[in-house]
Amino acid sequence: MSRRDALLQLVTLALVVAGIGWLIANVADNLDRQNIASGFGFLNERAGFGISQTLIDYDEDDSYRQVLIIGLLNTLLVSVLGIIFASVLGFLLGVGRLSRNWLISKIAMVYIEIFRNVPLLLQIMFWYFGVLRNLPSPRQAINIGDVMFLSNRGFALPSVSFMDGAGFYGLALLAIIVTAIGLRRRARKLFLATGQIVAFWKPLGIVSLAVLLLAGAVAGLPFAADIPSLRGFNFRGGMSVIPEFVALLLALSLYTAAFIAEIVRAGIMSVYQGQREAAAALGLSHNRALSLVVIPQSLRVIIPPLTSQYLNLTKNSSLAVAIAYPDIVSVFAGTTLTQVGQAIEIIFITMMVYLLLSLLTSWAMNRYNARIALVGQN
Amino acid sequence: MKKLAEIFAASAALTLLTLLPVRAAEDTLQVVQQRGYVKCGVSQGLPGFSNPDDKGNWNGIDVDLCRAVAAAVFGTDEKVKFTPLSAKERFTALQSGEVDLLARNTTWSMHRDTALGVDFTGVNYYDGQGFMVRAELGITSTKELDGASLCTNLGTTTELNAADYFRTHNMQYEMVAFEKADEAVSAYNTGRCDAYTTDQSALYAQRLKLTDPKAHVVLPQIISKEPLGPVVRQGDNQWGDIVRWSHNAMLNAEELGVTSSNVETMKSSTNPSIKRLLGLDGSFGANMGISNDWAYHIIRTVGNYAETFERNVGKDTPLGIARGVNALWKDGGLQYAPPIR
Repeated sequence: MSRRDALLQLVTLALVVAGIGWLIANVADNLDRQNIASGFGFLNERAGFGISQTLIDYDEDDSYRQVLIIGLLNTLLVSVLGIIFASVLGFLLGVGRLSRNWLISKIAMVYIEIFRNVPLLLQIMFWYFGVLRNLPSPRQAINIGDVMFLSNRGFALPSVSFMDGAGFYGLALLAIIVTAIGLRRRARKLFLATGQIVAFWKPLGIVSLAVLLLAGAVAGLPFAADIPSLRGFNFRGGMSVIPEFVALLLALSLYTAAFIAEIVRAGIMSVYQGQREAAAALGLSHNRALSLVVIPQSLRVIIPPLTSQYLNLTKNSSLAVAIAYPDIVSVFAGTTLTQVGQAIEIIFITMMVYLLLSLLTSWAMNRYNARIALVGQN
Repeated sequence: MKKLAEIFAASAALTLLTLLPVRAAEDTLQVVQQRGYVKCGVSQGLPGFSNPDDKGNWNGIDVDLCRAVAAAVFGTDEKVKFTPLSAKERFTALQSGEVDLLARNTTWSMHRDTALGVDFTGVNYYDGQGFMVRAELGITSTKELDGASLCTNLGTTTELNAADYFRTHNMQYEMVAFEKADEAVSAYNTGRCDAYTTDQSALYAQRLKLTDPKAHVVLPQIISKEPLGPVVRQGDNQWGDIVRWSHNAMLNAEELGVTSSNVETMKSSTNPSIKRLLGLDGSFGANMGISNDWAYHIIRTVGNYAETFERNVGKDTPLGIARGVNALWKDGGLQYAPPIR
């Protein structure tokens, strides 16, 4: 780079920084002159309103800071579950779309075209107002074995609380996980050394059963189930999954799955036909050729656009506000904003949260991408 | 690379230039007069307060206040444009100068008055928060709502009042808050909630939108004070005066018996109060920077407070709300305007 270029870039940078600084000063000046409160002190004030879904303890005496965290957790909950469901369904649809079975491939195609081409907000409204509204009222709730109840207030599920001695089961679980990892390693080593494939599920099952029985013998059954029951207007006790959450999760997963399906299809089709033929020539079965040869190579094409879809899903979850799901936009950039009135600070925080979530997702996916890219290219 | 840097520098300079004139104008009256119409922020559709009819004409008690301000400034109530705003957007729209005033069934609270850079100029409807439930439940009091799911509008004083009320009475509740009133009502209508809660006047209004209005009752109890009034930006007292006195003129007109139908004959009245109201005496309009017959035009085109009340929310409208606390002070109500003197 010549000195002239470096100077020009420096000047540009200085201009941009000055511009941003001027904007901030201007905003602060205008706010001050209009007597609008500013600063982040409001985060410590009492919120004073109720929220219908809280993953951590919350009541009206908590601060707006707690509201921000609750909203963020609710956004994360629906986004992470949405990403998992959308990935699984999208993958199945993408593979199904390429199936030689005419019916399966057409069903996948119709699904993709429908869900990809209807606006997401309409789909959310459809699930919320069109489908879940038709569930019965709590008094006529659909009763599933006297422990689960399905109504237009959501799913009332039993919750489990742990009592003394539940720790033994935790230890048992840990032992099972360690055994599973060890067995899998050994099987892989054996495979690489001799080409022999051994199933490690059988010994794992035996070990699991033994460990669980041992824990049971020591600690008994230290669990208590809290079963929901109808008292007054609503079900109380147990756990409740609100219909807003269900509608949003369904809409986000089904919508994004259609896009992921097309990405997966493109990825699989990008793998050179000769690779498949070579796998067949080596004597690999169709399924093993798919899982060992085709899919690992197609992932290199799939991962980058897939990352975009994950980012989209997370950002699209902000449409929650339309159906009263208490995500960060609803409780923080919504209710908190109107109670406090400090739009600039609150919108800034909200934007930063989304930016951070997106950057974290990108970072994780890029790392994964780098790993598979290396393996594929060598 | 060099080109790129130049483009960057040029665009940065351009951005700066376009952003320079961002200071909100101080003199709202002058801006309004130059523009030729008043920009008024209203609700997204609340029968009786601000609601568009099937031809797209807005009407309601809040809309009439906007028209009154237009009549005071321009001599005709036609020169006004309405901007529907959600509860969430309303103060930002006013602060940023997108609207000249809010007449959007907005509760006057201390926090809003002191911390948001806005001023409330009066109360054009005294309201209180109530609850609507299905008649079949047989509920007669808000105290029977323990454990209920409540549908309401996001970002309103309603959310806070309900939280306070249920806590002080040691009752449980589930709050389901929607951004748009229509969606909150629809969710209540389909059974997502046991009760719909908002200002009582709005409950009567929203009940009209339900599939079977008769199957729902508005509980008689009120759990909060909700004085609804017009809002202007803080710091422009002249404009604030015009909005404040447009409302007061309508109240004084009712008190003096001046209506839209008799305002022409009242012009020959010898009553000094009426002469001052109609601008035949004194320079009350000129003091606010508008013409002296400002109130005459308000009464001629919009009418007095009783007329706008009865036309929009009164006994003979679908809402059927009695004057109650909104009667004039001399009839036992709370509506009291300082004299024009």
